[in-house]
Amino acid sequence: MATLTDYKGQVPAWCPGCGDFGILNALKATLVEMNIEPHEVVLVSGIGQAAKLPHYAKGNTFNGLHGRALPPATGIKLVNHNLHVIVTTGDGDCYGEGGNHLMHAIRRNVNIKVFVHDNQIYGLTKGQASPTTLEGTLSKTQPFGVHANPFNPIAVAIALDCSFVARAYTAEPELLKSVMKEAINHKGFALVDILQPCVTFNKVNTYKWYQERCYHIDKAYNPYDRVEAFKLSLEPFTEKIALGVIYKHDKPAFEDYISIIKDTPLVKQPFQLEKMEKELLNFY
Amino acid sequence: MDYTILIGGEAGQGLQTIGGALSKLLSRAGYHVFSHQDYMSRVRGGHNLYQIRFADREITSPRSKADILVALDLKTIELHKGELTESGIIVYDADFIKKTFDSPEYLHVPFDKIAVESGGSKIMSNTAAVGAVLGMIGMELTVFEDIVRKAFRKKGQEVIDKNLATARAGHDFATRECRRCSFVVPKTANSGYMLINGADAIGLGALMSGCKFYCGYPMTPSTGILNYMGSKAIEYGVMVEQTEDEICAINMALGASFAGVRAMTGSAGGGFALMVEGLSLAGMVELPIVIAVMQRPGPATGLPTRTEQGDLLFTLYAGHGEFPRAVFAPGTPEQAFYLTNKAFDIAEKYQIPSFIIADQYLVDTEWTFVGFDTKKLLYNDYRLSGDALGKTGEYKRYAYSENGVSPLAVPGLSKHLVVVDSDEHDEEGHMIEDGETRNRMVEKRLFQKFPLIRNEISPPEYVGPPNPEIVVAGWGSTYGVIKEAVGILKDKYKIGMLHFSELYPFPGTEKFDFMSLLFEAKLTICVENNATGQFETLVKASTGYGFGVSIRKYDGRQFILDELIGELDGYANRL
Ligand SMILES: Cc1ncc(C[n+]2csc(CCOP(=O)(O)OP(=O)(O)O)c2C)c(N)n1
Ligand code: SF4
Ligand SMILES: [Mg+2]
Repeated sequence: MATLTDYKGQVPAWCPGCGDFGILNALKATLVEMNIEPHEVVLVSGIGQAAKLPHYAKGNTFNGLHGRALPPATGIKLVNHNLHVIVTTGDGDCYGEGGNHLMHAIRRNVNIKVFVHDNQIYGLTKGQASPTTLEGTLSKTQPFGVHANPFNPIAVAIALDCSFVARAYTAEPELLKSVMKEAINHKGFALVDILQPCVTFNKVNTYKWYQERCYHIDKAYNPYDRVEAFKLSLEPFTEKIALGVIYKHDKPAFEDYISIIKDTPLVKQPFQLEKMEKELLNFY
Repeated sequence: MDYTILIGGEAGQGLQTIGGALSKLLSRAGYHVFSHQDYMSRVRGGHNLYQIRFADREITSPRSKADILVALDLKTIELHKGELTESGIIVYDADFIKKTFDSPEYLHVPFDKIAVESGGSKIMSNTAAVGAVLGMIGMELTVFEDIVRKAFRKKGQEVIDKNLATARAGHDFATRECRRCSFVVPKTANSGYMLINGADAIGLGALMSGCKFYCGYPMTPSTGILNYMGSKAIEYGVMVEQTEDEICAINMALGASFAGVRAMTGSAGGGFALMVEGLSLAGMVELPIVIAVMQRPGPATGLPTRTEQGDLLFTLYAGHGEFPRAVFAPGTPEQAFYLTNKAFDIAEKYQIPSFIIADQYLVDTEWTFVGFDTKKLLYNDYRLSGDALGKTGEYKRYAYSENGVSPLAVPGLSKHLVVVDSDEHDEEGHMIEDGETRNRMVEKRLFQKFPLIRNEISPPEYVGPPNPEIVVAGWGSTYGVIKEAVGILKDKYKIGMLHFSELYPFPGTEKFDFMSLLFEAKLTICVENNATGQFETLVKASTGYGFGVSIRKYDGRQFILDELIGELDGYANRL
């Protein structure tokens, strides 16, 4: 049985009060509750405050480049699909620098879980606007203010028919854990956008700001209805924010189509040169 | 005997079919074949060439003149009639190109009509053309017939019979009508050669080195490798994925490598430019990866379907920060096969990125070889897995060690955790910032490993007399043309070839003192398919040595044997 101590990592270097702590705790608790052991997990991240999470927990870890968490996560899952591949990433990492990968990872539907710490800001680089920063925000690097439409990860994911789309909030641990659990149990690509106040650089989207707007999705809501899900995703973010599983589409994961890994993960398949010898004959 | 057949036409007219069949049957019949292609970046129209040189002795480069010009369109005649040898023949279908030529070097063979009459459809006009060429050179149809039977096996006996009849009709027509044909193709006792191009040789080399993951994004001239791997994926259990871009490709391949399999990616210079940050990641996380850089003329999109050796320095220096790498530049498809294997071995042994750098010319040229010997292939599983991993007490991904190489464990196969980080890290793989750990890590991954990697590098190949007065040097795909040119000039001068196929770490002189050859020669010439002499820069930086003369070509085309002989002769004469 895995325990919380098994998941104890290095001491986080996050600011006191940062929303990242809630996500870290929820993730560790989820894995323990699901009785998943650290060596069965690969935590994959890019670069940012969020992306440091793997060091503060325990698991196999691929802490790669800024924006590039999804490609290695995909590679890892295809080589050993017995592993739980969990991506911890930020709004800049996943929606900005790595936006193209997100679009195509959703399309591929590899069975990996993506937990985005969405603080609507670049934390690590000290407060520049991110793709989810609200319009009008001023920063040192946006002297005219942000006038690009905020990226709506939920709507985009539903538009791409992502097989699992949810939103959670770091300050609501029970809901966050249940969403994480459902995402991990789901077969296919799961995107969970987690609202995460950055107490140091985001003075707009504070705990209070989120608290005032967040609400739980009704129990009767059917996440398999794509049109309803899309409607929900278009609710004005500055007024109300739905929390919970917003969209689900059960369909085969990418791995299911890869005949060569049906029986055995690629990593466990031996290399047999003898069997290839006949390839030479094709050139005569 | 040494003949060249040049086939010209528009894209989509079947040049590949005719050229492919001719090269294959000639090599199978036991002749040495050297074929190369010259095509435009378009799917239809334009002007493309397929050149096949064949002989009864080893040949390794293209010539400038053609003995038989197969003109599938009028443009081919207009552009290439001047390239005919004195006894050369232009074969064409006057009905198709709607023009008749009366001079004796022209031979009209109604490909379409023959195909319709003997096979029932114009589709078979390419078969008629192959038959006609064989008739012209006085070769029997037997080998071609075998190829036809095999190629159309799935389509049934009727299709086979129609093609055989068409080939026969084309053959007979040319034999009867080509009174001027005086080609002599003596029978060979050879049992037939292997015929392979650079792209397939790299793919085959990867497959036979245990590559289990190949991903990439299409870009000429690297696409052939992706195609080859794709064609073997299901049979041999290779995960092949076309990624959304090259940034994804290298990062995905690194994920695969981390998870425990041999991984490779490849592109042309432009796509490799996008991979550069990922290359640096490979250096930092010390994961094995093989990267194929298939050059084409740049900058930017350049000449997409043509050739150049313009990305050598880029490949050597790409990536921010300092980390070791190995760079291999095969000169022939055979070298490409074995060096791809070596690249995989070195990459995993030292946990570094290693490169195969070639170009459009090598990728697309087909050569004949006696065969590849799979017993010469290296396969050592350097990873920590299975029992050895289970028995390991404490595991640290970046444990300091005597040679800088830390155990490379496969994640998920034991309780041990494998942690890699693109930040500077400690032995366990966790982020650090202190100078002391930083220094030790740089020592470990760079200073400790580098001399060991350098030791693995083979010296250049020298072909020539013991004390040459003239040394002609080159690297990568110029191997064949330099070798043949020097081979022809050796009767006139004391001249030798020095060819480098393992470029970085730059070979030392411990195993072979090639520098003395250069120092003692009266004239040294460096031949490169680029404008700035990138290899010369590498030699200068590594040894301080400067070549006497530079021969450079950057028009997007490879060196041609006759032209190179002329240039070399010009310099040698002045000695
Ligand atoms: C290629 C590249 N560009 C820029 C950076 C600098 N950088 C590191 S993290 C980051 C933004 C992080 O924002 P986010 O992903 O939202 O993470 P947060 O710190 O907010 O959790 C930037 C711009 C980098 N490391 N690499
Ligand atoms: S800067 Fe913001 S996101 Fe980063 S640790 Fe501090 S509060 Fe958290
Ligand atoms: Mg952020």
